[in-house]
Amino acid sequence: MGTALDIKIKRANKVYHAGEVLSGVVVISSKDSVQHQGVSLTMEGTVNLQLSAKSVGVFEAFYNSVKPIQIINSTIEMVKPGKFPSGKTEIPFEFPLHAKGNKVLYETYHGVFVNIQYTLRCDMRRSLLAKDLTKTCEFIVHSAPQKGKFTPSPVDFTITPETLQNVKERALLPKFLLRGHLNSTNCVITQPLTGELVVESSEAAIRSMELQLVRVETCGCAEGYARDATEIQNIQIADGDVCRGLSVPIYMVFPRLFTCPTLETTNFKVEFEVNIVVLLHPDHLITENFPLKLCRI
Amino acid sequence: MAVFPWHSRNRNYKAEFASCRLEAVPLEFGDYHPLKPITVTESKTKKVNRKGSTSSTSSSSSSSVVDPLSSVLDGTDPLSMFAATADPVALAAATDSSRRKRDRDDNSVVGSDFEPWANKRGEILARYTTTEKLSINLFMGSEKGKAGTATLAMSEKVRTRLEELDDFEEGSQKELLNLTQQDYVNRIEELNQSLKDAWASDQKVKALKIVIQCSKLLSDTSVIQFYPSKFVLITDILDTFGKLVYERIFSMCVDNRSVLPDHFSPENANDTAKETCLNWFFKIASIRELIPRFYVEASILKCNKFLSKTGISECLPRLTCMIRGIGDPLVSVYARAYLCRALLTEMMERCKKLGNNALLLNSVMSAFRAEFIATRSMDFIGMIKECDESGFPKHLLFRSLGLNLALADPPESDRLQILNEAWKVITKLKNPQDYINCAEVWVEYTCKHFTKREVNTVLADVIKHMTPDRAFEDSYPQLQLIIKKVIAHFHDFSVLFSVEKFLPFLDMFQKESVRVEVCKCIMDAFIKHQQEPTKDPVILNALLHVCKTMHDSVNALTLEDEKRMLSYLINGFIKMVSFGRDFEQQLSFYVESRSMFCNLEPVLVQLIHSVNRLAMETRKLMKGNHSRKTAAFVRACVAYCFITIPSLAGIFTRLNLYLHSGQVALANQCLSQADAFFKAAISLIPEVPKMINIDGKMRPSESFLLEFLCNFFSTLLIVPDHPEHGVLFLVRELLNVIQDYTWEDNSDEKIRIYTCVLHLLSAMSQETYLYHIDKVDSNDSLYGGDSKFLAENNKLCETVMAQILEHLKTLAKDEVKTLEYIKKQSKQPDMTHLTELALRLPLQTRT
Repeated sequence: MGTALDIKIKRANKVYHAGEVLSGVVVISSKDSVQHQGVSLTMEGTVNLQLSAKSVGVFEAFYNSVKPIQIINSTIEMVKPGKFPSGKTEIPFEFPLHAKGNKVLYETYHGVFVNIQYTLRCDMRRSLLAKDLTKTCEFIVHSAPQKGKFTPSPVDFTITPETLQNVKERALLPKFLLRGHLNSTNCVITQPLTGELVVESSEAAIRSMELQLVRVETCGCAEGYARDATEIQNIQIADGDVCRGLSVPIYMVFPRLFTCPTLETTNFKVEFEVNIVVLLHPDHLITENFPLKLCRI
Repeated sequence: MAVFPWHSRNRNYKAEFASCRLEAVPLEFGDYHPLKPITVTESKTKKVNRKGSTSSTSSSSSSSVVDPLSSVLDGTDPLSMFAATADPVALAAATDSSRRKRDRDDNSVVGSDFEPWANKRGEILARYTTTEKLSINLFMGSEKGKAGTATLAMSEKVRTRLEELDDFEEGSQKELLNLTQQDYVNRIEELNQSLKDAWASDQKVKALKIVIQCSKLLSDTSVIQFYPSKFVLITDILDTFGKLVYERIFSMCVDNRSVLPDHFSPENANDTAKETCLNWFFKIASIRELIPRFYVEASILKCNKFLSKTGISECLPRLTCMIRGIGDPLVSVYARAYLCRALLTEMMERCKKLGNNALLLNSVMSAFRAEFIATRSMDFIGMIKECDESGFPKHLLFRSLGLNLALADPPESDRLQILNEAWKVITKLKNPQDYINCAEVWVEYTCKHFTKREVNTVLADVIKHMTPDRAFEDSYPQLQLIIKKVIAHFHDFSVLFSVEKFLPFLDMFQKESVRVEVCKCIMDAFIKHQQEPTKDPVILNALLHVCKTMHDSVNALTLEDEKRMLSYLINGFIKMVSFGRDFEQQLSFYVESRSMFCNLEPVLVQLIHSVNRLAMETRKLMKGNHSRKTAAFVRACVAYCFITIPSLAGIFTRLNLYLHSGQVALANQCLSQADAFFKAAISLIPEVPKMINIDGKMRPSESFLLEFLCNFFSTLLIVPDHPEHGVLFLVRELLNVIQDYTWEDNSDEKIRIYTCVLHLLSAMSQETYLYHIDKVDSNDSLYGGDSKFLAENNKLCETVMAQILEHLKTLAKDEVKTLEYIKKQSKQPDMTHLTELALRLPLQTRT
C-alpha cells in the first residue's frame, strides 16, 4: 500500500463561514518510515466560469471574463523535510478562512457554467525516486446569514388554457383549471419550497405533475453575456390522474451544493427558478414558471 | 342321487412350501431393485449375472428413468403452480421467525411495526396469487447524471464510487417479461439479496438504486390480483433497507466509550451520524419519481430520530399529504398502508400524551403487535389504572392487555407483578359477566407462566365469583374456554388433577350438554398428550368420572355420530390404563368399566378386545405354560368375554368376537370354553338377516357371512373334537346350520361355502395339519390318521359334493333361459361379442 495521505476536517459536515478557523488533521500512515522533502497545505477557493458551447463563438471577445477567479489562496508549510516514523502520524492544522484582498467568500456552488469550489490540498514532496503525494479535500463555505428581515412572498396562481402563452393551437387544448399557490418565492435555502396545487377540473386525464428546479447562470458583464438555464432536478409530485379538488402538496428540498443563495456579481450571476409542469393525456405539456430568490438566514 | 366317493389328495405341506417359495437372492449394493430408490450408478454386468441377458437392458433403462414424481414439479402442471404459491409462505415463515427473534432482541429500541403483520404477510402471499405472466422493468441507470444521485459528489470517494457504478448501470435497463409468479418472487428475492450484498460491500448508492427500482414496481398495477403479494415482497425489501440504514447510523453513534441508550435523544447522536443521516434524506428528497420517493422516505423514517425529537411527527402529515399525488387509487391505498406500518410506534408515543384516553388505549392494544405491548405491560397497567372510566370500561382494557399477554411474553422480572396488579383489579369487578370476560383471558397468561399453585388460586377466585346466584349459568362459553386453556397448558394429567379446584370448577358446568362438551375436551387432550399408560389413582378416578358423565349423557335421542365420538374418547382412555403386571387389577378395572359404559357398544367391543389381549399377555408372560393361578385368571377373562358378547347388538360384531374369543380361549388351552364360543357362533348364524345396515345403507349380508365362515373354517381345522361328542361335531353342526339357512334363491353363495368346506375337510384328512396351536392337540394327533375318522370325513365330503352337483343341475335347467338372455343381450350394439357365444351354447347342450 505504501504511504497514504489523508486530510480530516474537524466538522463532519465540512461547512465553514468566512472568518472562522478551519481545523483538522493531516494523517500520514505508512508501514515503514517515510522520508520526505516537506509537507505543505494549500487552501484554495475559485470561481470557474465556462461558456456554453452555443455562446462560445459569439462571445469570444469576453474571453477574459471567463478566466477563473481566485477568491482565496494560501499555503502553509506544515512539516520541514525529514522523516515520518512508521505507523500513523497525525498533524493538526488550523487555517483562518479569509478572502484574498477585498474579495468576497461566495457560497460553495456546483453548477454547469459556474462553479464555486473550495479545497484543501496537502502536498508531500519527496525525493526524485519517490513520487510526490497529494491529497485534495473539498470543504464547504456557507455565506453569512443575510441581514434584514426575511419576508415571505406568497404567490397564488391559476392555470387555464387561456393563461398560457406560446400555444400553437389553442382550440386543440383540453379544458382544465389548475389552482395553486407557493407559500413564498423568497426562499430560505435550508427550508423546502412549499405550496399546493389543486386540479379543480380537467377534461384530459393527468399523467404527471412535476416541480422542475432550474438554475439560470449568467457569465460576462454588461457589454455581453451568456445566460443559460439548465435543470437541477425534477421532482414528481403527482403520478397519474389525481383526485379533482384535492390539493396535492408542493414540496421540494433544495439540494445542497447545487443551490446557493441567489448570487449577483459583476462577472457572473446565479439565479433559480421553479417550473410547475403538468403533463396531460395524451401529450400536452403545461409549464408555469416562477423565479425564486434564495437566501440564507 | 349318484354318489361320488371322495378321496382327499395327500399333501406334503413342507415340500410344497419349499417348492413354491421364491428363491431368495441376496442383493448387492448397486444392483437393480424396483423398490430401491433410483440411483444413477449402473452396474450392468452384475445384473446380467442375476437376471439373464434380456432383463439387463430393461433394468438399466428403468434405473435411469426420471422419477415421475419429481418431474411433475418442473413447472408444466397445475401442481407446480401450487408449489409456487406455497413456497413464499414457507419462505415467509422462515424469515418471520428470524424477524420475530430479532424484534424481540431490540424491540424497545426499534419500537416496531404492529403485530399482525408477520401473520398477515404470510396470509397475503398465500392468498393473492396469479397464473398470469408478470414483468419486471428495472432501469438502474435512470438517475444517472441527474442531480439526485450526484448530491453525493461532495466527496471524491463517492464520485469514484459513482463511476464504478456506471459499469453496473451500463445496459442494466432490462425488462423481464413473461415471468411466472415463482420467477417473479425469485427475482425479487435476488434483488433483496443483491441489496444486502451491495450494502455489505459498501456500495450504498447501488443499494439505494435497487430500493428505488423496487419501489417503482409498485406503480405497476397490471395483474392486479398479484398486487397485494407484490406489495408484501417489495415492502420487505424496503424494510430491509430501512433497517440497514438505521443500524448503520446507529452504529456510528457508538464509539468505544459508550453505547447509545435505547431511547436516545438527538443530542446523543454524534455529528458524523447526523451528517450521514441528513445525506440520506437529501438523497431521497431528490428522487425524481413520486412513488419511489415516498416509499424510500417512509422506509427510513425512523432515522429522523437522529436529527430531531419531533422529526417523525413532522414528517408524518407531509408524507400523508404526499400520497394524494398518487393517481391510481389502489397504489395510493397501499402506500397509506405502508406508512401506517412504518409509523405505529409514533402513534404510541402520541397517545401517551393524549391523557390516557381509554378508547384510544384499547385501540392501541388491539392494533399493536403483542410483543410490543407485552414488553411495556407495566406501563400499560399504570395507564389503565389512571385512565378515566367514564368512556370505556376498564375491564375491557384489561381484557385487551390480557389478550396481548397471551400472545407474547412480558419480561421475566415483571411477570408476577403484572399478574398481581391485573388480578387485583379483576377480582374487584362486581358484574360477573365483566369479571368472567376478563378472567377468561388472563387464565391463559397465568397458565403460561406460573405453576399449578397460581392457577389454583385463579380457579378458586373464578369459582368464588361465579357461584353466587348461579352466575355461571350465563357464562358457560367463557368457563369452557378457561378449562380449554388450562388443559392446553397442563399436559401432565397427574398435575392437572392435583390442582385442587379443577374438579370443583368442573362442577360449575351443570347444564348437561355443556358438561359433556367439557368432558370431551378433557378426554381429547388426554388422548393427545398422555404418552405412557397410567395407573395413577388420581387420574383414573377423575377420568372415570369424566367418562361416566359422557356415557350417561347418551340416551335414545343421541345421534350415532355423537355416540361414535364418545366411544372413541372413552376407548382412548381405556387403552391408556395399565396396571402393569397386576393383571387382576386390570381385569377388575375392565369389569368396572363394563358396568359403567354398558350403553356404548364400541366401548364394550373395546373392553372385550382388551380382555382378550390381557389373556394373551398372561399367556406370553407364562410362555404358554399356565400355572393353576394364571389358568384360573385366563378362564376368568374368557368368561368375561363370554358373558359380555351377547349384550351386543351387531350380529357380525358378535360373530366375529365369538370367533376371536374362541381363538384366544383355544390358545390358552381352555378347550371347553372355546367350544362354547364356537357353538354360540354356530347357533347365532341362523339369525343373520338377509340385509344389514352398513353406514346407514342396507346391504346384502351374504358376502359378510361368507367371509366370516371362511375364517371360521380355518379355525375349525385345529379345534380338537370333544371326546363326548361325535367326530367333527362342530363341522357337522355348522353344516346343518348352513343347510337350513335361507339363502337367496339361485345364489351361488351356499355352493361357494360348500367348496370351502371341501377345502376344510380335505385339509382335515391330512396326516399332519398345515398349522397348529402350541400345546393344543388337534385332530391329526388325536386320531393319528385313524381310518374310521378318515371314512367319516370322506362321507361328509361326499354329502357336500352331492349338494354341489345338485346345484349344478339346477343351473343346467335354467340353461334355456340363459340362452335367451344372452341372445337378447347380443342384440345390443356393444354386446356383439356375445353372438358367437349364443351360437355355441345350444351345440354344447345337445352333446
